[in-house]
Amino acid sequence: MESKHVHQQIAAMRQSFFDEEVLDEFFSQLEQLEDQNNPNFVEEVFTMYFRDSTTLLETVEQAMKTISITFAKMDKILHQLKGSSASVGAKKVLNEINKTRQVLEKGNLEGTKAGIWEMRKEYESLKAKLEPYFQLKQANSVPQEK
Amino acid sequence: MNSSSGKSYMSTASSSVLWKAGGDVVADQFPAGLRVLLVDDDPTCLMILEKMLKACQYNVTKCNRAETALSMLRENRNGFDIVISDVHMPDMDGFKLLEHIGLEMDLPVIMMSADDGKNVVMKGVTHGACDYLIKPVRIEALKNIWQHVVRKRKNEWKDFEQSGSVEEGDRQPKQSEDADYSSSANEGNWKSSKRRKDDEDENDERDDTSTLKKPRVVWSVELHQQFVAAVNQLGIEKAVPKKILELMNVPGLTRENVASHLQKYRLYLRRLSGVSQHPSNLNNSFMNPQDATFGPLDLQALAATGQLPAQSLATLQAAGLGRSTAKSGIPMPLIDQRNIFSFENPKLRFGEAQQQHVNNNKQTNLLHGIPTTMEPKQLAGLHHTAQSMGNMNMPVLSHGSQSSQNNPLLMQMAQPQARGQMLNDSTVGLAPRLLSPRGQSMLSNGMATNVSTRNGVPENIRAPSYNPVSQTSSMFNFPMNHTSELPGNSFPLVSTPGISSLAPKVAFQEDVNSEIKGSVGFMPSYDIFNDLNQHKPQNWELQNVGMMFNSSRPSNSLQGNLDHTQSILVQQGFLSGQNRNSTVISKAMFSAGDSTGHVNAQNSNQHLNSLLDNTVRVKFERVADAAPANLYPDHFGQEDLMSALLKQQDIIAPAENNDFDFDGYSIDNIPV
Repeated sequence: MESKHVHQQIAAMRQSFFDEEVLDEFFSQLEQLEDQNNPNFVEEVFTMYFRDSTTLLETVEQAMKTISITFAKMDKILHQLKGSSASVGAKKVLNEINKTRQVLEKGNLEGTKAGIWEMRKEYESLKAKLEPYFQLKQANSVPQEK
Repeated sequence: MNSSSGKSYMSTASSSVLWKAGGDVVADQFPAGLRVLLVDDDPTCLMILEKMLKACQYNVTKCNRAETALSMLRENRNGFDIVISDVHMPDMDGFKLLEHIGLEMDLPVIMMSADDGKNVVMKGVTHGACDYLIKPVRIEALKNIWQHVVRKRKNEWKDFEQSGSVEEGDRQPKQSEDADYSSSANEGNWKSSKRRKDDEDENDERDDTSTLKKPRVVWSVELHQQFVAAVNQLGIEKAVPKKILELMNVPGLTRENVASHLQKYRLYLRRLSGVSQHPSNLNNSFMNPQDATFGPLDLQALAATGQLPAQSLATLQAAGLGRSTAKSGIPMPLIDQRNIFSFENPKLRFGEAQQQHVNNNKQTNLLHGIPTTMEPKQLAGLHHTAQSMGNMNMPVLSHGSQSSQNNPLLMQMAQPQARGQMLNDSTVGLAPRLLSPRGQSMLSNGMATNVSTRNGVPENIRAPSYNPVSQTSSMFNFPMNHTSELPGNSFPLVSTPGISSLAPKVAFQEDVNSEIKGSVGFMPSYDIFNDLNQHKPQNWELQNVGMMFNSSRPSNSLQGNLDHTQSILVQQGFLSGQNRNSTVISKAMFSAGDSTGHVNAQNSNQHLNSLLDNTVRVKFERVADAAPANLYPDHFGQEDLMSALLKQQDIIAPAENNDFDFDGYSIDNIPV
């Protein structure tokens, strides 16, 4: 059945996220918060996450280009990114953030730049993976009354 | 009791039963319905946490700014059971928020952050957070936050219990229940509560089980004043809850109440001394809670929080509102005051001023405490006033070795100022009243200075150099000039309405504009300092005058006069217009100075001269010219305020030690 197929697809996609460690258990936690009243809670959260993080990431990238950027400021932004990424379960992104922060702490500007670049990569990758997932999910979220 | 989990369950069960017995609803539902205030600037986290908390069946209110959270809490003191806040927020540091909440509302606060560094967590602990969560937060961690609410309530109960009086006595059993209930972490509490537990009516306490309401000790202005007085008497180092409790001699107050309040107070003090330059934003926080009820409430709030203002407040209140606040006796150590004020209050300019002068900081604190109702702006104003006062005093102090004396004055002045500010809050616009506040502020200034000095910031006292006054003769003009800020002469010090309107702010800076009006009296003192610091040639004159006033008054005699003088000053100052301000002030000073009203004047005059160099002096003479009559059109309030101020000063003056002992201070004595 088509519907079944789609659902299988969705489930497979989801599982791959965990397998690839793109997402971690906090994502599951978010899923648990979904219920009939909030069937798209996870998606809503990620919408918000993507929106804010995009801005933060851009800010950080901009900052790196600025000569007078201060590490403190950078760290602050990264800290923010860390908090939200961790809360949504974006594991790979979180890892990159942590790595970058460590490099930043050591004062390695070049290393930080590279780190931010990696962060951006993972971030985009996450987005690319999740967006279709959510679309599919929502399109097929049959009001299955549980 | 038993620490076994088995028992715990039983206790829990019984607790719920007990709670239920209280007749309130939801005893069994607890912790469902727990009212949580969630503060986090990250919208993603906010969304997730809110959902999680709702999943735990808590009643969640979220906000993304600390300031918003604080005002929500202040408006509705009993509207929340627990607060969860992020550490890193753009508008206010999470720890500052934590402090504010602890001192003003005494709610349990949980900090959270993605940062799990030991230092940060330690900071949370030292600032009084009851828990620290690392992001990403698990829902399991949130499920148990109710334990903090229970624990806190239990401790409160215990306090009551200990004192033996109060109805709370029978609530004790709850403690033991709570201990078990909270399980895990509360071994310690549990045991202590156990000790106290009486077995009888546990039910009584459970009345509000649903919200776990426990009669909480409200640290009113008077109470706080008493507390501060006791602490000062014992010496901050030696102040132990037991002795404080004995000294305070308040029926129904338990050692635990005192202990927890002392802890907060100490934190506050520490913070203050650590951030002398720090703008006392705190004041705002502190003060604001009472916005709604300026009258006694505000004072109380101020007093409670600011410690300092307690006395002033009382005085003010009494003066303005016609109430007699007994507490004048509480000496508010400058430091304390400052501490109170040290909260950062972005709105308050005080911080700025303070920073410049150590003294200022001190002063600021004073202010903070006082204006409970004052709007943040007002608070700022107060601060400034306080600051100015502080500054002012300094010069004064240096002048004579009146430091000790001055200090008391300062304190007093500061207090009055605070009061003034408070006054402002309510009715910012009372123009006529100005005078009183002014006078007071002047006094405060003197006091403030002293205070700060005492606190160890002697350097601030740079008399001549320090005086902003000299720099800006305009300082005196402050009240007058700043129509916007200080209603010039309209310090609504008088009476209740007046008092509220005294927005000390006015004196200080633009910020204060409207609000300070009320506190005109006060502001001047602060302003002066502020001015000095900020180089604002505002109407510090009054303040300066005030300061001088203080210095000149070596002792209480001044105070008596001061009362009068102040009012005069204020009035005059305001009435006559800017220039007059100084004169008015001087005048007030004079009168205040001497018991008969003259002696001191002269002294003050001298002091003024020395201190202020110019403005004051000149003004002083002019003051004499100014027809006092004009001054007091109907500012009875001012006079009251002044009296209050003076009284305070009187009281303070004698107290040399750094802690301003307001013991001798009794508002009722103020001779008007």
